[in-house]
Amino acid sequence: MNGPDIWHILLGNLGWGALPFVRAWRDPSVSELIGAAAGSVVVIGAVAVLALLTWAKAWRYLWTEWATSLDHKKIGIMYIALAGVMLTRALIEAVLIRTQQATAINAPGLVEPGHFAQLFTTHGSIMIFFMAMPFLTGLINYVVPLQIGARDMAFPYLNSVGLWLTVGGAALMMVSLVIGAFSTGGWSGYPPYTELAFNPGVGPDYWIWAVTLSSVGSTTAGINIACTIYKMRAPGMGWMRMPMFCWTSLCTAIMMIFAMPPLTVATLLLAADRYAGMHFFTNGHGGDMMNYVNLFWLFGHPEVYILILPAFGVYSEVVSAFSSKELYGYTSLVIATAAIAVLSFTVWLHHFFTMGQSADVNAAFGIATMAIGVPTGVKIYDWIWTMFRGRVRLTPPMLLSIAFMVTFTLGGFTGIILATPPLDYVLHNTLFLVAHFHNMLIGGLLYGLIAGYMYWFPKAFGFRLNERWGRISVVCWVAGFYLAFMPLYVLGAAGMARRTQEVFDPAFRPWLLIALCGAATLFAGLISLFVQLYVSIRDRHANRVPVGDPWDARGLEWSVAAPPPEWNFASIPHVGRLDAFYWRKRNEGAYHPADHYHDIELPKESACGVIIGVAAAACGFGLVWHIWWMAALSLFVIFVTTIARSFMRDVTKIIPAETVEAFDREWLAQARAAHPVPRQLEQSEINEGLAEWIA
Amino acid sequence: MDRVAPPLRHPGLNLADDPRDTRRRFESDVFGFWIFLMSDAVLFALLFAIYGTMLRGTAGAPGPADVFKIGPAFIETLLLLTSSTTFGMASIALKRDAGAGALVGWLIVTLGLGLAFLGMEAHDFVTMAAAGATPERSGFLSAFFVLVGMHGLHVTIGSIWLCVMLLQLATIGRDRGVKLNLLRLGLFWHFLDVIWIAIFSVVYLQGLIR
Repeated sequence: MNGPDIWHILLGNLGWGALPFVRAWRDPSVSELIGAAAGSVVVIGAVAVLALLTWAKAWRYLWTEWATSLDHKKIGIMYIALAGVMLTRALIEAVLIRTQQATAINAPGLVEPGHFAQLFTTHGSIMIFFMAMPFLTGLINYVVPLQIGARDMAFPYLNSVGLWLTVGGAALMMVSLVIGAFSTGGWSGYPPYTELAFNPGVGPDYWIWAVTLSSVGSTTAGINIACTIYKMRAPGMGWMRMPMFCWTSLCTAIMMIFAMPPLTVATLLLAADRYAGMHFFTNGHGGDMMNYVNLFWLFGHPEVYILILPAFGVYSEVVSAFSSKELYGYTSLVIATAAIAVLSFTVWLHHFFTMGQSADVNAAFGIATMAIGVPTGVKIYDWIWTMFRGRVRLTPPMLLSIAFMVTFTLGGFTGIILATPPLDYVLHNTLFLVAHFHNMLIGGLLYGLIAGYMYWFPKAFGFRLNERWGRISVVCWVAGFYLAFMPLYVLGAAGMARRTQEVFDPAFRPWLLIALCGAATLFAGLISLFVQLYVSIRDRHANRVPVGDPWDARGLEWSVAAPPPEWNFASIPHVGRLDAFYWRKRNEGAYHPADHYHDIELPKESACGVIIGVAAAACGFGLVWHIWWMAALSLFVIFVTTIARSFMRDVTKIIPAETVEAFDREWLAQARAAHPVPRQLEQSEINEGLAEWIA
Repeated sequence: MDRVAPPLRHPGLNLADDPRDTRRRFESDVFGFWIFLMSDAVLFALLFAIYGTMLRGTAGAPGPADVFKIGPAFIETLLLLTSSTTFGMASIALKRDAGAGALVGWLIVTLGLGLAFLGMEAHDFVTMAAAGATPERSGFLSAFFVLVGMHGLHVTIGSIWLCVMLLQLATIGRDRGVKLNLLRLGLFWHFLDVIWIAIFSVVYLQGLIR
């Protein structure tokens, strides 16, 4: 065997040209330099983080306390940290996209077409699969077990596997910045464009494997969340006594279980075409790309409700807490949530009205799409009625909720426009569509995720976030959204196609410049979130809320210390009504020691999840570059780890009753010593997490 | 002595003496696997749908009537159905807490039947390939090989799982974890049977009609 053959076996299709630095050296254009700069940021960032961890001697701490942890709270926090990193990257890409379109009016602009296509593909793929999904999975992970009075998820180990599979997928996304190039096929990756015949490079392969890992991870998360809510509720916590966030989480989980397999099938069949020469979606040889489109949107439409329902849950909690009122129309909200979950499986075809079905079919799906607006409208009214005559405090999460109600309703109207097939024929594939779904995803989903992050942050870390920077951030997110996307409605109605690298109509220039300002404002919103986090950590001693109920809120999650102990509840609570904690505060008192303290069994740390995630990412990398030994070895590692784990019997640890009792009594002492804070002062430093109970 | 409610029991498990928490735990562990099977069922449903839409996408390559051999497919059906019965016998042995011999014996018979099924299926595939019916020839053949191959992959994983369980029975014995995983494996195995019945009807019998 001669030299090149060995290198090909070892490194597959990898070559020097895969590195953006080399490409920029060979062709120092602005476009290549931006690529090289992005690659450098990833490399330098990774090296800096590694160096910092080594310098701070934090490796052991991170490994034993975080990476291998099966504690649902830590897994939730890690999910959200991942979402934060990926949000930063994808938002920078968004600013680049806006800059490109604003400057490329009868001019080449910053980046060449292929690079621009990578930008909108990674922006979309990351925002959906590696920002929104991890963020909401993290929130659910953290909050739901606490809300239903459980000590952990139903399957703590599966939880860890799901997290690390998602991290593996995200790692593939980041690696694609440094080695090779990403797909240019958009976040939906439609064949036949993404087939070998038109896209022989590694881009679509990166997309396939990153999305597959995310999709499998989300399936496991869905199974876990659903099973947790079905089976782990505290005694007395009947279905209609669950907090609204649990209901929306349950519906989201059920949708994940049914909607993720279509995505997995779509990506795997595309992989079968690309790797094994099959003909599922090719031109000719009996391939049918419509199958892909149906599969993708059979996932993709439920997906948008998978994303939005947890946000609805957050708004329900936030509006109720900061209005000091029981959620108005709880039953109707539950029914509306379930109705949305069911209807979401009946509308996928509206994503391709123009792709050749008959007018009757289009009409049926158009009507189904408009029907979803009804339960959503019910929800909006319920939130408004919850605020009505409540003691509304305009905290940052509450501001976001109010901004959401207005923005989301606007987006709903443009949704009705797009759901009308004849209008869709005019507007599809224009910036009008882009404006519409950003209207729903920023004004609906992202506001909700940020509101949830701010609302539950004091619970997770034991101190409040800085309100001033919170408000600044909210203003940026809201103003930025309107500046960035209202012009796109205009441009779309004027006929500007989406994903355009160069613009030929100078009349579009002012609108594109406004949109660019909006993108910059949104970026400022993200920066102020980070500033808020920094300032809050700096001032944490003044803002501690150790008793754990800083907002005079209602769910069981507020009935324990902040941050909660690893075992959540010293004794499992008994639930007699909706908002049991709120009632208990006002009637029998919420801060009593347990009758008896028992030993508590908790899942022990495990490295298996991390190993599986790393191996899955390596397997994906090997497949992308056709490094077959790496793919095979990684698969083998996953297999062996799974089997080895099934042999382990020492997988739980016991927290002795004395430890539980000591912690609980110390916390109760803090609660007795704390000064109850009236609602109007809860954003000041006297808030120690003990609410003053005004009936 | 009156019983207020029947005790919580699962087929194949003898947990009546365990504390309430342990039984609840078991219930949740098995329920989770049911949910996984639902999600797996969606995967197969989609592959069936794809197969259905691609029946006519033969693109000049061999079609259903040319390549399907009902004889071997029927024998494979018998093998798999019998293996479900023998797994059922193993479950009964576990439930009755009969000697380890009966349980292990039935599991080994199940494994043998599963392997025989896989062997025959592999032989079918090789025969088809030799006749020029390979998955890269046409969309129809791609859909056929992926649908039936996905079922075969599941049976392969089930067989490996069976080997692991036999090893655990030998080294660990019938503890909580082993019982639980035997119950889950049973569900998995019967589920694959259901899928195969659909494959036999939709793929092979329908292929005969044409």
